[in-house]
Amino acid sequence: MVRQRTLASALLRAGLFAILILFALYYLMPLFVMIATSLKSLEEIRSGSLLAMPRDVTFEPWAKAWTSACVGVQCDGLRPYILNSVVMVIPAVAISTALGALNGFALTKFRFRGSGTIFALLLLGCFIPFQVVLLPMARMLGLMGLAGTVPGLVLVHVVYGIAFTTLFFRNFFVGVSDSIVHAAKIDGAGFFGIFFRVMLPMSLPAIVVTVIWQFTQIWNDFLFGVAFTASVANPVTVALNNLVASSTGVKEYNVDMAAAIIAGLPTLLVYIFAGKYFIRGLSAGAVKG
Amino acid sequence: MTAESRARAAEAGRRSWWAWVDDRLPRIVVAPSFAASVVFVYGFIAWTIYISFTRSGILPRYEIDGLHQYERLWDTPRWYVALENLFVFGGLFIVGCLAIGVTLAILLDQRIRTEGLIRTIYLYPMALSFIVTGTVWKWILNPGLGIEQLVQGWGFTGFEFDWLVDRDMAIYTVVIAGVWQSSGFVMALFLAGLRSIDDEIFKAAAIDGASLPRIYATIVLPAIRPVFLSALVVLAHLAIKSFDLVIALTGGGPGVATDLPATFMYAMAFQRSELGLAAASAVIMLITIFAIIIPYLYSELRGGRP
Repeated sequence: MVRQRTLASALLRAGLFAILILFALYYLMPLFVMIATSLKSLEEIRSGSLLAMPRDVTFEPWAKAWTSACVGVQCDGLRPYILNSVVMVIPAVAISTALGALNGFALTKFRFRGSGTIFALLLLGCFIPFQVVLLPMARMLGLMGLAGTVPGLVLVHVVYGIAFTTLFFRNFFVGVSDSIVHAAKIDGAGFFGIFFRVMLPMSLPAIVVTVIWQFTQIWNDFLFGVAFTASVANPVTVALNNLVASSTGVKEYNVDMAAAIIAGLPTLLVYIFAGKYFIRGLSAGAVKG
Repeated sequence: MTAESRARAAEAGRRSWWAWVDDRLPRIVVAPSFAASVVFVYGFIAWTIYISFTRSGILPRYEIDGLHQYERLWDTPRWYVALENLFVFGGLFIVGCLAIGVTLAILLDQRIRTEGLIRTIYLYPMALSFIVTGTVWKWILNPGLGIEQLVQGWGFTGFEFDWLVDRDMAIYTVVIAGVWQSSGFVMALFLAGLRSIDDEIFKAAAIDGASLPRIYATIVLPAIRPVFLSALVVLAHLAIKSFDLVIALTGGGPGVATDLPATFMYAMAFQRSELGLAAASAVIMLITIFAIIIPYLYSELRGGRP
């Protein structure tokens, strides 16, 4: 009887693992296809199958995707656009995170009349479909002389990132005891004194979560990039889309795949090395736009 | 007044000025973000709503013209295609992600030793841009060289799979790629919910002779109902705003067969120069999302569970 039970439960566990592994293969398959295809020659792609390992590994598609593939009419590969994305993402993440930290701190530890309303107003901004601000934003960027430029894109990402960074830091600071602030006030520390010397050092986890979240969101953005930048200022997501869509003549699937990996690698690496924080951000910011 | 007393007065003035500023520092610090929100969120929404009531074409015009654009919108066949696609895509996307997410969460909750690794694998698509996801799936679903050739290579020579270029089936390819990208995230949401359930419940129910599937169906899943609600809201929100995935995977095609409200709005705004029509469609998207989000936020902030 006991033996039967253990046999049944062992079988059940084997079945359980089989299903879990099957799903793991399902999620990994596109990654494998991407890598394998990027290492094959076009000839091998046509004659072989999607899931076959590359026989003669070639790095030519990678070199081409990086330096010479055509994005629209320009044939310089993804490199300049990766640079655009980097130049866009660093200030956008830094500024929106800094503002979020200050807001979150002020709205929780130095409450004033109306601070609750202000937070609610900011928060609602997390949920709007960005389509509803595309047209006026395009005009505003034009008026400011920032249309089609990377700085314009930085401004857009900062403006629409604040709601979210504020939410992150507010949620973090709400959990920090008020008595710490009171003690620091009695010691004569002011707003910025408490912020920089007491709060910031202890909010490292919130900073990491926010930076990772913002980095992923901004790096992966496509809508703002495609709506507000002209070709030379395109972020890498837009360039990737153009590269895949605009290959004239022979479709080079291997170059497409290499380009897709290049565009996806930065956020993928962040996920692999800081997955814990990534997931924390995901669940905290689940409903964001 | 002596020089000394004047200096003292100035000093006092400076100090009171500084005290005044110091008092308002929290407000001053929040002010720029608040102003940005008022202008770039609420002001812009107001502008878009206003424009949706005008005859704006290539350029905005500011004479109010009633519901003209909305009438046009609801007379546009392409808008109906977009809405129908939203229902098909949204419905299947939500159901697919929930089904896979809940199943995987329950399976992973059975004290799996390699849980960390498996979880990492299930969730990595969430780190990718929808453009990358779309690019990969476009290749996998490629009629001719993708799955079709793979299955034919296995001996099923008559196998055909051309949904990507089939008007009636293309929207389902968007579902396939979307579920692949987002279902792991739903799994993570539910796993966190399951972890919040007391182990004692399992023990007590097991002593009563309840089987594990029964415990999940009758006790555990009802207990994490709020997670269902959050997941539903997140997924609906994602579905309504879906834009990148469609652009990268099908480009909205064949023709306009996979248009969604977001791609419709973009096409009207930036390709057709129909500002008024674009604004009207954006306003409808906003209303739809707020109809979902505001009751949800309200119930969340009230802290009450329905």
